[in-house]
Amino acid sequence: MKIAVLSGKGGTGKTLVSVNLAAAAKASTYIDCDVEEPNGHLFFKPEKLVNETVAVKIPEVDNLLCNGCRKCIEFCKFNALAYIGDTLLVFEEVCHSCGGCALICPEKALREKEKAIGEIQRGVSGNVKVITGILNTGEASGIPIIKKLLDDMHEGNSKEDKKKNNESGKEFVFIDCPPGSACIVMESIKDVDYCILVAEPTLFGVHNLSMVHELVKLFGKPCGAVLNKCLDGENPAEKYCRENGINILCQIPYENEIGTMNSNALILARENDRYQALFRGLLDAVAKGGAP
Amino acid sequence: MKIAVPVDEKNMETTVCPSFGRSPFFLIYDTESKNATFIDNNAAASQGGSGIKAAQTIVDNQVSALLTPRCGENAAQVIQAANIKIYKTAGNSLQENIDAFMEGKLPVLNEIHPGFHGGRK
Amino acid sequence: MKQLLILSGKGGTGKTTIAAAFIKLAEAKAYADCDVDAPNLHLVAHQASEPARSNFYGMPKAEINADLCVKCDQCRKNCRFDAIEPGEKYKVDPFACEGCGVCEAVCPEGAVSLKPAVAGELMLHVNDSVFSTAQLRMGSGTSGKLVTEVKQQMNSVPIETEIAIIDGSPGIGCPVIASLSGADMVLVVAEPSLSCISDMERIIRTAKIFDMKIGVCVNKFDTNIENTKKIEAFCLEQSIPFTGKVPFDAEAVRAVNNGLSIVDLQCAAGEAVKEVFRETLRVLNG
Repeated sequence: MKIAVLSGKGGTGKTLVSVNLAAAAKASTYIDCDVEEPNGHLFFKPEKLVNETVAVKIPEVDNLLCNGCRKCIEFCKFNALAYIGDTLLVFEEVCHSCGGCALICPEKALREKEKAIGEIQRGVSGNVKVITGILNTGEASGIPIIKKLLDDMHEGNSKEDKKKNNESGKEFVFIDCPPGSACIVMESIKDVDYCILVAEPTLFGVHNLSMVHELVKLFGKPCGAVLNKCLDGENPAEKYCRENGINILCQIPYENEIGTMNSNALILARENDRYQALFRGLLDAVAKGGAP
Repeated sequence: MKIAVPVDEKNMETTVCPSFGRSPFFLIYDTESKNATFIDNNAAASQGGSGIKAAQTIVDNQVSALLTPRCGENAAQVIQAANIKIYKTAGNSLQENIDAFMEGKLPVLNEIHPGFHGGRK
Repeated sequence: MKQLLILSGKGGTGKTTIAAAFIKLAEAKAYADCDVDAPNLHLVAHQASEPARSNFYGMPKAEINADLCVKCDQCRKNCRFDAIEPGEKYKVDPFACEGCGVCEAVCPEGAVSLKPAVAGELMLHVNDSVFSTAQLRMGSGTSGKLVTEVKQQMNSVPIETEIAIIDGSPGIGCPVIASLSGADMVLVVAEPSLSCISDMERIIRTAKIFDMKIGVCVNKFDTNIENTKKIEAFCLEQSIPFTGKVPFDAEAVRAVNNGLSIVDLQCAAGEAVKEVFRETLRVLNG
């Protein structure tokens, strides 16, 4: 079962929930799609690391063929090209790899070369396969990395894996999404079976919860909410869920202990039986609530 | 020689624009003939890469120096490739900065900031 | 008029809560919310009237004219972003489309064209203060350009104020750099976690190039005293003013949930924030 964990804003507990759910399950895969600031690996400290570079295509000019007509510069919507003297400059970090300039060059002076924009790191931490996407600082878009991360998820559905699933129970895949509701988040939830929306009990949290809820509805995904850092008293996020028919899967109380362990990159479900039970309970609720 | 300055309005009494790439206009000024031409900056409306496009405009106007309070790394690369010197303005009066430049009082701009890379993420 | 930018690096550190408190304490008459992805400042900085709204246009999006389309598939084959959906009627997925124009260029029938697309909305409140904010539409790419327009909008209204407060965007990318431009000082609000510390270091590196004053404060410091000490030590080593720390306070959360700023009522966080404000002003004006 593929589950995406998302929230409207950062700091609500997406990573806390996805990391701990993955740890609490018998066997699972954790995919960190927050490629700009991946944090999950800080908690898992995965071993047996295998790295794979992710590259995009960037134009490269053959200055002997280029006659300075500047059609490529006129075409480029991202302003990634400039012409000085008799040299064409390509700004690789601004380029969106659309391939347009190479297509339209009348002299065929532009060729494409591969450029690394980041990497995918695969490792293991106990019962969890940890897959982390990392975007290099300054790069324009993390979407190619997410596409690759999730392509591999599909590949994992081989006949042997399916057999294993039937034997050991459902295998879970948890996708730790980037915050917000921009296209990079949409890319992360495209093929999942269920979405967990994490919200904090503040007015700010509700406003952002509503945006991400809209996104999930747009994609027609079944969803449930996890309310994190809950305090006594009225919880605006709880109110929002009840008013909008969102199933509340679990309420995690605000506890100093959680904050401290989290800021020291410890996995609650592995440190402490009480938290393990909490997350096992949440896992059951999800498995029931979102059976595809 | 010809110099360029990013400006907020199309007149000599105006202020130097704090941004280079998204400046609404550029002044192209001939220091010998004192001829002043104001041109629109088409890069101001771009989603991203505005520094590069603005720099291309400056290069195409064949100036020898650019006076600006700051400059991003992409724009700087274009301008330096064309052997145009970049000077750091002080205060925001256009006329004062031109005068200071003519007296050799403006320092060369050394701190180039990382690009804004506007667009998607 | 001095401009103070409040940044955090990681989201959820309390940037907006602190910005709102500062606005009250400074009696600032000009402020802006540059967190265009998920703007929150308006929830605690109440405005007397409706704002003036204007559309923000992002990258244009491709559209296919079904009457001219012959389904030759050239557009889909050449689209690098998987944005063309084939079928009875070829359609462009507006969320995936990046406005590159390749489909428009390769279509032999002229059936594809790029059309302006609204990517968000700008809002400007002008009463006895100026409040500029914006909301990026769902599915849009985050935009440094929108951040720049939010600031320009705020600056376009002449108003007497000693200090203008900018609630910045989280993260370390281009919208953050766009918000740094024009600020006199940046205050980094950190929380004492390992992930936050590394983001804080990256922002400081960038802010130093911008030739502006920098300050750091720690919010929810009592959730991890050891990490708080690490942050204080880092500031000392880098000669960056440490402007104070604020404890976690359930009262503060309640205040915010009632749409109040934490200095509108008596609470531990509110008292601490007043100290942070005083220290920050000292650095800004020093």
